[in-house]
Amino acid sequence: MDADRPLLRARGVTRYYGSRVGCRDVGLDLWPGEVLGVVGESGSGKTTLLGCLSGRLEPSAGTVEFTQRDGTVVDVLRIPEPALRKLARTDWGIVHQNPRDGLRLGVSAGANVGERLMALGARHYGRIREAAFDWLGRVEIDGERIDDWPETFSSGMQQRLQIARTLVTEPRLVFMDEPTGGLDVSVQARLLDLLRRLVTDLGLSAVIVTHDLAVTRLLAHRLLVMRGGEVVESGLTDQVLDDPQHPYTQLLVSSVLQP
Amino acid sequence: MNDDPAVLVVEALHKTFTLHTQGGIQLPVLRGVDLTVYPGECVALTDPSGSGKSTLLRSVYANYRPQRGRILVAHDGARIDMVDAGPRELLAVRRRTIGYVSQFLRVIPRVPTLEVVVEPLRAFGVARDAALERGRALLARLRIPERLWSLSPVTFSGGEQQRVNLARGFVADFPILLLDEPTASLDVASRAIVVDLIRDALARRTAIVGAFHDAEVREAVATRTVSLHGTGVAA
Amino acid sequence: MNPYNFAFLDEQTKRMIRRAILKAVAIPGYQVPFGSREMPLSYGWGTGGVQVTASVIGPDDVLKVIDQGADDTTNAVSIRRFFERTTGVRTTTRTEAATLLQTRHRIPETPLAEGQIVVFQVPIPEPLRWLEPRETETRKMHALEEYGVMHVRLYEDITRHGHVETAYDYPVLVNGRYIMRPSPIPKFDNPKLDESPALLLFGAGREKRIYAVPPFTTVRSLDFEDHPFTIERWDQTCALCGAADVFMDEIVVDDKGGRMFVCSDTDFCERRRGR
Repeated sequence: MDADRPLLRARGVTRYYGSRVGCRDVGLDLWPGEVLGVVGESGSGKTTLLGCLSGRLEPSAGTVEFTQRDGTVVDVLRIPEPALRKLARTDWGIVHQNPRDGLRLGVSAGANVGERLMALGARHYGRIREAAFDWLGRVEIDGERIDDWPETFSSGMQQRLQIARTLVTEPRLVFMDEPTGGLDVSVQARLLDLLRRLVTDLGLSAVIVTHDLAVTRLLAHRLLVMRGGEVVESGLTDQVLDDPQHPYTQLLVSSVLQP
Repeated sequence: MNDDPAVLVVEALHKTFTLHTQGGIQLPVLRGVDLTVYPGECVALTDPSGSGKSTLLRSVYANYRPQRGRILVAHDGARIDMVDAGPRELLAVRRRTIGYVSQFLRVIPRVPTLEVVVEPLRAFGVARDAALERGRALLARLRIPERLWSLSPVTFSGGEQQRVNLARGFVADFPILLLDEPTASLDVASRAIVVDLIRDALARRTAIVGAFHDAEVREAVATRTVSLHGTGVAA
Repeated sequence: MNPYNFAFLDEQTKRMIRRAILKAVAIPGYQVPFGSREMPLSYGWGTGGVQVTASVIGPDDVLKVIDQGADDTTNAVSIRRFFERTTGVRTTTRTEAATLLQTRHRIPETPLAEGQIVVFQVPIPEPLRWLEPRETETRKMHALEEYGVMHVRLYEDITRHGHVETAYDYPVLVNGRYIMRPSPIPKFDNPKLDESPALLLFGAGREKRIYAVPPFTTVRSLDFEDHPFTIERWDQTCALCGAADVFMDEIVVDDKGGRMFVCSDTDFCERRRGR
């Protein structure tokens, strides 16, 4: 199925905030099993782009097409809202920078993980709980915490819980916005390792927005470098980081501190 | 010398680095490199350090992006030009056709050595058990103690890390192998093992292009030597 | 001369409410907004139920009003007197004699019949409110049948208590489509909603919503396959009439911990005792 159609295809994605450019004329193809990193500093337009790709922001121009499991292609920006919401719950995943934006804080960890299953019609308590338990294990959360509230988790654990919650329906495309932002370095390492393994094991495609080049080195196959709303450079991750062509990319790469 | 067609053809390759962060100075490193490599050959680049050997190897691997020229690679029965191929094709070539052993192991914390080593076999569809067996055999051959196989290489010595890097490079049967100073931090005994690995690869008709600083190793493995002199940076 | 219109509300208001009722009947379980009026009783005391009753009551109706199953508690008496004064219709305590029943928190034990209308007083109509405070969002969730969260609520109960804790106002799925709160009736009464021959109307005055379950509509209480819906059971029978399988009130009779269980439905209990 992956033969001749990308999983996600964007062309000419443009979004203005009044007269200010959010992003301009961005195009990309994402294939199954590929991770695309979008890097840039604050104000580069990367978050705007992510919003447009996931249908949460309406672009001023452009198209975003997604190939569903059965092969049909949907225009993300034009499908009716119910269809988009369903897509977001099943075939897509979203990992927010702040895990609290992606969790239900008022219910237990197990309920958080099981919710998507229940939304899809799962009606057997025992099996839902088992699936939740299984996924907590996969994101390295002690199964004993299954009935605890997310408020009692550390931020790293909350982030891993968010990942479990969104991956439980085995989406094919995951959007991540600074998934390691705000976490301690050691916690970041663990989370990145987890993401790397899950991406490989599940054959996920992902679009990861980040300002941290080390994250892209580890997770992304390809990179887009954004500045002022435009893509200034793109290529394989190691190409962009080892042989940056654009002056801005060179600046970005040389600014990273090497411990 | 060879009935098989060339697996790697470099034509008129130019690579110049422009350092925008330093006033835009330009460093031309490769100026019209030509190279043709056949299966079973081991081509040794003989220039001194800084002449562009690494740059050439990295360009073949599409890690560096040349300004002009072609790098034609035999992949899946077709010829791919690494200079202008799309990202998807490049990734496919790297997974199954060109292996690259750099001077440094890029270590990902928390990933055990054995996993690091067998990872390239995934792309070849080798079953997990068979892959692990091959990995173990290679680590043993390179004299990495078994107790280290389940640890991440992050705490290993330079020599140990390089041997893990080599294991990863030789575990799969790439038709083309690029070796950038493969014996740089190794002792005499380890260098001899690497020579054997290279010879075994050549016996399998692998095409190898390498930069070998060590003259002894170079003499032991090279079927041909090439100098970039004139087309690389002047010595 | 009676200064009030028949049933207190002006005719235009009654029409507005009846239009809302018709919509509600057409879409079982769906909450229809309506222009709730100022009534001579406070919010939380049945203003929604009173407005619905006032809109459907006619001079030939026979009205019964109960509160927690009893005809003689303060609220039931007040509301019944209100309608007596503003309509002059006959009132009764006998369930089978009533054409129109307004109730707070119970469905009578006596089975309902075709042609009867039951009006329920509803405090909070929105079943998803516990999880989602935004009205804009809950409307979308209903429209798109995004009801996964209701089972999250049940899941949490079972996790914490081993069973679903909700004892009243237990959420139901109406006509296989909308999830509804049946008002704070005990879950014991939920089965009576399913395929009822009567027309069931629900009014929430403060929240300004009306919903309905037409006669012979399927109403299923939410549950899990391995934790099916169950109703309350008592070991005792009614101390006054001996009835079993009814919903009972527990009454403390002395200060030594003495207690007795009696039918909550006073009419039902009296008739069993031959009164």
